[in-house]
Amino acid sequence: MTPMMHERVRDGLWRDNPALVQLLGLCPLLAVTGTLVNGLALGIATLLVLLGSSTVVSLIRHQLRPEIRIAVFVMIIASLVTAVELLMSAWFHELHQVLGIFVPLIVTNCAILGRAEAFASRHPPTVAAMDGLMMGLGFCAVLVLLGGMRELLGHGTLFRGAEFLFGPSASALQIRVLPLDDGLLLALLPPGAFIGLGLLLAAKNWLDQRSARQPARAVPVASPTTQSN
Amino acid sequence: MMQSAAPHLRPRHDVPRLMRSVLLALIPGTLAMVWLFGWGVLLNILLCGATALATEALMLRLRGRPIAPALGDHSALLAALLLALCLPPLLPWWMPVLGTFFALALGKHLYGGLGFNPFNPAMLGYVFLLVSFPGSMVLWPSPDLAPPGLLQTLAVGSGMTAFDMVSGATPLDGLKTALAAGQPVAAQRNGFGPFSLHQEPDWLLINALFLLGGLYLLRHRMVAWQIPLGVLLGLGLPAFAAWLIAPDQFADPLFHLFAGGAMLGAFFVATDPVSASTTPLGRLYYGLGIGILVWVIRSWGGYPEGVAFAVLLMNLAAPLLDRLCRPRIAGQG
Repeated sequence: MTPMMHERVRDGLWRDNPALVQLLGLCPLLAVTGTLVNGLALGIATLLVLLGSSTVVSLIRHQLRPEIRIAVFVMIIASLVTAVELLMSAWFHELHQVLGIFVPLIVTNCAILGRAEAFASRHPPTVAAMDGLMMGLGFCAVLVLLGGMRELLGHGTLFRGAEFLFGPSASALQIRVLPLDDGLLLALLPPGAFIGLGLLLAAKNWLDQRSARQPARAVPVASPTTQSN
Repeated sequence: MMQSAAPHLRPRHDVPRLMRSVLLALIPGTLAMVWLFGWGVLLNILLCGATALATEALMLRLRGRPIAPALGDHSALLAALLLALCLPPLLPWWMPVLGTFFALALGKHLYGGLGFNPFNPAMLGYVFLLVSFPGSMVLWPSPDLAPPGLLQTLAVGSGMTAFDMVSGATPLDGLKTALAAGQPVAAQRNGFGPFSLHQEPDWLLINALFLLGGLYLLRHRMVAWQIPLGVLLGLGLPAFAAWLIAPDQFADPLFHLFAGGAMLGAFFVATDPVSASTTPLGRLYYGLGIGILVWVIRSWGGYPEGVAFAVLLMNLAAPLLDRLCRPRIAGQG
């Protein structure tokens, strides 16, 4: 893997993570992460859109006039979101019902437009696709983590509703981790999403600070750009 | 030795002394609650107090701050006591513990510790529990029965048995339920009082004793008088107006002033010097806002009592109020 690609991986998953560092796309992040499976589903949908939009934007970047670029980006993203939504409605209908408005709302996820504008329109397709994939994975990972946290505290379970995503046989996947009669309702409500995200941000910054204090183990920075967090 | 510019006035109240006086002023009302509701109140206070000290020490250690002075200023204990007094007396032990931990760790230390928290930690802990466990948090012992004994309290507190046989509605609960069922307010007179006579003597006594403690604090100028005055006016005036217009749909002002956590909220919770307004006029508006919100929430809200929500909402407004009510400096503007 070239250093360029390597950097894409590290940026998307950790150093420039769209949810934890850029703080983009917080609306779906906070709204659908009531359970792990919901988070995973919306994460995958976002990942597909991000991968597609970054690739397409990068492919047409030389034909694009700067005056109308945003409109073109939005049209590309909206077409991809429509396609993903129709696919989801066809094959994962119950899941589509659960996620509701938040699947079409992926079009407003500023992480996607942000990557198109800031990265994909300036880089060749392979690098842009890698960027889209890794940013999508980074976003998806945070959705899954937050969804898992909230589901664990709110219901005491993990993988609740897995059958929506993996078919009827997957309902056995649901694990009861904590023996709760009535869970921490706050974790399922919107304030719980904000508090959970705040704690995740704190944990990430704490890990970063800890590794910064141990310079011997620090990974050399591949690019001359300053660290964004 | 540190030398500061004149005038060399010793502060009349430092933080530990202030907190000690507030704790003292809470004692009569607290004893009444223990007498009326049984050992559970005491158990809650012990659980909240111990958790508060442990959480405070843990968070100070994590933040690399000296532990001893902050534990000695009694602020954590005061927050714990205020939270414990809001809790129903029969809860499994982990609920007070969880609420206190949330109040002090997330409500106080994550914002930077004493003096930096925008919200009243005790009310934050209470709302955390109320929103998280709405079923358990509204179970108060029925005033018609003797308070549960020590053994029963410990059995419920340890989580061995559930508490379901002696629960009753608080007067505010009863009012809300009756009004929702279409009964006029006057239909539920079962206590004493000069107006429409439906106050439970229990809650009247508790509120009267907290009022007494509050007056002691005012007498010694431990709290700003504008805040409790504002709360009582803000709660009493709209209640009086509404009661004059439609006495069948609204409870009278004395009922409101001596029900639920009105007095505790007005004198002990709203006056928290950290999260309240600090300008004289701002304090009055802050108190009025709390009082009006309490009345609005009690009259139309989903919860029977609104002191905690009202305090948190006005905490949010306090910086703006202070900005608008800043006293003009002589010779400027």
